[in-house]
This record gives sequence, C-alpha cells and structure tokens, in this order.
Amino acid sequence: MVKEMREKVIALNRKTNGWLLPLLMLPVWVLLYMNLQNIADLIIDDVVGMTAGKHLTETLRFFIFEVPKVMLLLVLIIFGVGIIRSYFSTEKTRKMLQGKSLLTGNVMSALLGIVTPFCSCSAIPLFLGFVEAGIPIGVTFSFLIAAPMVNEVALVLLVGLFGWKVALIYVATGLTIAILSGWLIGKLKMEKYVADWVYNVKANAEGVEEERLSFSDRIQKGFDSVREIVGKIWIYIIIGIAVGAGAHGYVPEDFLGSLLGKENWYGVPLAILMGVPMYSNAAGIIPIVSVLIEKGVSLGTALAFMMSVIALSLPEIIILKKVLKWQLIAAFVGIVAAGIVIVGFIFNYVM
Amino acid sequence: MDIKVLGTGCAKCKKLEQLTRTAVSELGIEATIEKVEDIYKIMQFGVMNTPALVVDGKVVMSGRLPGDKELKELLS
Repeated sequence: MVKEMREKVIALNRKTNGWLLPLLMLPVWVLLYMNLQNIADLIIDDVVGMTAGKHLTETLRFFIFEVPKVMLLLVLIIFGVGIIRSYFSTEKTRKMLQGKSLLTGNVMSALLGIVTPFCSCSAIPLFLGFVEAGIPIGVTFSFLIAAPMVNEVALVLLVGLFGWKVALIYVATGLTIAILSGWLIGKLKMEKYVADWVYNVKANAEGVEEERLSFSDRIQKGFDSVREIVGKIWIYIIIGIAVGAGAHGYVPEDFLGSLLGKENWYGVPLAILMGVPMYSNAAGIIPIVSVLIEKGVSLGTALAFMMSVIALSLPEIIILKKVLKWQLIAAFVGIVAAGIVIVGFIFNYVM
Repeated sequence: MDIKVLGTGCAKCKKLEQLTRTAVSELGIEATIEKVEDIYKIMQFGVMNTPALVVDGKVVMSGRLPGDKELKELLS
C-alpha cells in the first residue's frame, strides 16, 4: 500500500517535471517556520515542564527555537541557490570573463563568484584555468575573494542571527572588497609574480563538454546541494548555536567590550590578527560572532573578524604558494586585510 | 578501459577514487584505474573543478561526486 502510494507520487512528480514535490513541501515549510516559537514553547513549558524565566530554561528555549529556524532557512535557500547554480559553471564563467576590461571584469567576476559553484579545494585548478584563458590576475582574484566570502550559507546565517540589515551590509562590503582588491592587484601589474611554470601549462582549450540538463534535473540538483551542504555543516551550526545559547546568559555582558569594543581603535586590527591563522567556513564562524557581539564586541570589529577568518587563512595561503610567488601573496593578503580594516572602522564609527 | 581520477588530494577526490574502484569491480569490467594528483597533468585535461573522471582520455564528469547509478553509467 505504502509502496504503491510512493510509486504514484514519484510518477506524478515526474509528470509535472519535478515541480510537484517542492511545491508540496513549501506550505509545510511555511507552516513550520511560522510556528517555531510556539513549538519551542510547547516543548519547554508543557512537554518537559520546565519553569519559565529560569536560566537553564531560557537557554534551552533559545536553542530549540534557533536551531530549526536556521536549518529551515538553510534548506530553502540552498535548494534555491542549487537550482540557480545549475545554470552556471566554471567554464561558462571563464568564457564570460574573457576579454573584459579591468574594472568591468572585476565587478562581473565578484558577482559571478557568488553564483558559480566553487570549492576552495579547486582554487588552484581554477586559477590556472583562468590564467590560461588570458583573464587578468586582478579579475581572477576578485573571483577568488568573493566566492568563499559571499555565499548563500553566510547570507542565511546572517539573516537568521542578525537580521536583514547586517546581512546586506556584509554582502555589499564583501563584494566591494573583492572588486577593489582585485582591481588594485590588476593595477599593480603583478603578472610576473605568478610561478613561471603556470604560463607553460598548455591546457586543453576545449575544456569540458557542457552537461545538458532538463528542469527536473535542476530541481534534483537543488535537492543534491541541500543534502551535500547541510550534511556537511549541520554539526557546526548546532555547536555554534549551543555555544551561543550557553554564553547567552552565563558569560557576563560586556565581558569583551573593554578589549574589543568601539572605543578601542586597535580592536579591528587585533580582530584581524586573530582571524587570519584561524580557518573556518561561514557556517562555523557566524554563530560564534553572534556571541561576540552580544558580549560587547562592536559590529565593525566582529565583521572584520569574521571576514578575515573566512577570506584569509593560512591553509589557503600555503595552497596558493604553489602557483604564486611570495610578493603576490603578500600583496593579496595586505590588500584584502587593509580592505577589511577599513570596513571595520567604517562600521564602528558610523553605526 | 582506461580510467583516470583527477584530484589534488581533497577529501572528495579520494572518495571518487574509492567509489570508482568499487564500481569497476562490481561491474566486472577490465580497466586500469589511475589517480592523477599532479596539477600540471590535471590541467592538460582542461579541468577546473576537481574531482574529475576521465574515461579513455575523455573527461566525463567534473566538480562533484556522482551517485552510484550515475557512476556506473559513466563507466559502462
């Protein structure tokens, strides 16, 4: 009986080109999302029967509300972005960037960095592929800076934990740093600081054949990326929110304020110095940043910390050392770090 | 059949090699499987996203891990 139903749904889903399943799931999603606070209250107050107002109760309530909220947002957005990404590929992006002038190229490349599928383990082949196609290194750098920094996971976590305003500020400043840093690296004419062997690579210019996808394939890709990304990051999010929920009440407010608050000009550079040796993706760092802000770290300093952890990292620098000479790596790190400092200062003084 | 798994050593690349070996032995086909880790050689296939799978000199998939069924179709 159940098996028969299942087969019928699958057949029907195929008939509607894969639209049916996501369409059926959407109302369930909305219903769940609208009632998260009620569900959390129900579990805490009625099922477990804890005393409201107590420390432990409110910590648990925060946790039980926050984890499913962030997870639901992640699933929806990653599904959507997974479908959008299926229209982009590194090969197409490379073709679009070929022959673009410096500033236009930087802007396009940073924007394409958001939607093109990218994994930091592919940074080197991607760099070589771009150089091979004659794309200026400044434009390539805009891509390499924007791709890990501005992505859907960062966006969801920022919206979920800080709201729209901070999320938009992060995206706008992240893109600006990617565009201007790439542009500056291009202006400095640093092509000669790319390892010599790079220019000798004669890559097969034809590249990889384009996969042909139907719309139901694309929906499948949406589901695949949800499974892949959520499967990889859920544990960081739970740990991050647990730390956040724990610190919510137990660490005195303003604990970090004296060191990394607004008044201290050295807060921003200090945050960046701490951030560079650390390596984490957006999923791991954002819940921790939310705790920092709650404990008195100013917004600009926290943003600077977060950007430096995600965009600059020792492991990445070591990987890049294979294809770049140290002068270019130093310029890259220096320029991006300077950009982050400026963003940090602006937010500390404006907001 | 000549199969190459291209990848610089990230977790996904190792996984693809392992999946490919399993699939080949399950399909019972005669094949040599080689893991290519040298970035110079990888570039000559025009691949920008690792891991990638090359069958008889042709890149059949890149930038992700295929499912079991898809992998077997690519190999047969």
